[in-house]
Amino acid sequence: MKILVPIKRVVDYNVKVRPKADESGVDLNNVKMAINPFCEIAVEEAVRLKEAGSATEIIAVTVGAENAQEQLRTALALGADRAILVETDLEVEPLGISKVLKAVVEKESPNLIIMGKQAIDGDNNQTGQMLAALMNYPQATFASELKIEGEKAVVTREVDGGLQTISINLPAVVTSDLRLNEPRYASLPNIMKAKQKPLDVIKSDDLGVDLNPRISTLKVSPPPEREAGIIVESVDQLVEKLKNEAKVIS
Amino acid sequence: MTALVIAEHDNKELKVSTQNTISAASKLDSDIHVLVAGSDCNSVAEEAATCEGVSKVLYVDSKEYENFLAENISNLIKNISDDYSSILAPATTNGKNYMPRVAALLDVAQISDISSVESEDTFQRPIYAGNCIATVQSSDAKKVITVRTTAFDAAAKDSNSAEILKLEEVNDAGISEFIKEELAKSDRPELTAAEVVISGGRGMQNGDNFTLLEGIADKLGAAIGASRAAVDSGFVPNDYQVGQTGKIVAPNLYIAVGISGAIQHLAGMKDSKVIVAINKDEDAPIFQVADYGLVADLFTALPEMESKI
Repeated sequence: MKILVPIKRVVDYNVKVRPKADESGVDLNNVKMAINPFCEIAVEEAVRLKEAGSATEIIAVTVGAENAQEQLRTALALGADRAILVETDLEVEPLGISKVLKAVVEKESPNLIIMGKQAIDGDNNQTGQMLAALMNYPQATFASELKIEGEKAVVTREVDGGLQTISINLPAVVTSDLRLNEPRYASLPNIMKAKQKPLDVIKSDDLGVDLNPRISTLKVSPPPEREAGIIVESVDQLVEKLKNEAKVIS
Repeated sequence: MTALVIAEHDNKELKVSTQNTISAASKLDSDIHVLVAGSDCNSVAEEAATCEGVSKVLYVDSKEYENFLAENISNLIKNISDDYSSILAPATTNGKNYMPRVAALLDVAQISDISSVESEDTFQRPIYAGNCIATVQSSDAKKVITVRTTAFDAAAKDSNSAEILKLEEVNDAGISEFIKEELAKSDRPELTAAEVVISGGRGMQNGDNFTLLEGIADKLGAAIGASRAAVDSGFVPNDYQVGQTGKIVAPNLYIAVGISGAIQHLAGMKDSKVIVAINKDEDAPIFQVADYGLVADLFTALPEMESKI
């Protein structure tokens, strides 16, 4: 079984981002970049399936600028076998990314696509579902458990009220939630080995996919600030304030 | 111009998130239709017809929609989408699951998790876990939108009697199958709909100590939540999680107990009307967003609080 793992280069999750002073976008100057945490979980899940003998090959793919090769090397160090960068300098929206991924899927014919449920920059939570729609594949989003059973995958999903388990025909798209697994750390030998693994670069123009944006960002502003309130001295004072000042309890 | 709102329900009752979404739709289009798709869900269609601002309820009753499998429901929505200028669903796990699929089938870029409607094509939405608010403009003729329900008041119910139109639409894609659902059973209100939420963090030390929150929750009619740290430590199940990667809540009163206030948690609760923080670390970032902070050991403060409310 061949697994395709689409990943994304994003601002490291420890960085507190701010809008630019002129509100034209997010200030990304000298900010540490990393593989999107949900994508890292997706890579780990693919590697575990390979270690368990269910998968034979793992291909990591991303759509982005040349520097996204760094995150593909991370995926290779975690255990992906080879990588593909679809290079573009455009800021591509989820719809465009899913169209690029469709072209890659048609070329590589993976049996399973595992990817993060959302990227922590745009927080869109769209690309996996869109790719599944374009391929007419079933989808299992927000996965917390994934089992391959013959020509099907049985997936437990995190839903609002608890957990839902569904069975989907392969090929399919699965998107990872936080509790699917805990990704390993890449060892130094594996980081060295990753440098020798194949990484193909394709120009997005060569795929003949329409990447023109449909959504324009007019401005990016800081969220309304919440002012810190007061420190109360005791439980008595807290209860009194909640009753008589905030009037939220009776 | 007519908006189509996709109803969230459990085949028995309409969820309030539908009413929040109707309210968002009313800022966008003058006419609103609601799609109720499910199995044996006639009562939901009738309930939806009483929502203010709704002129028509489309009611589709068929087994393949019972569990909202994305493959089936997205085909249904696509098939009936022609007459609508916008399609909106609440950004629940259901809406997040099927709506991007609808958008791709229609070749439309979805606008996720909107927190305000600026005009018929311009919206605000939080990005980077709510650290920035983006104002975005869509050039698609048809808008596919998911709605951050806490940002919109619920449309009134029981004040209308819209027409209910039953549609025969069979869309079993046959590529996915529901097996089971394990939903947490609780007599407490749902986290995202509760007026009061009390959440515990890593400071609770273990799952058993969450009983300290239960006494207060019972007295206040509150839902119980948790930080991601508490969930990751295995204290409580993931459906308790409030934050960027969990649920977004905005109750009248949010009580954060033993929660330091990581960005990812604040993203899920900072729109609450009144925030109370109880933490023994006076430097915890949660105090910077709290209206009332109590620097105290939660193991003494919680029992005392329970006895005094």
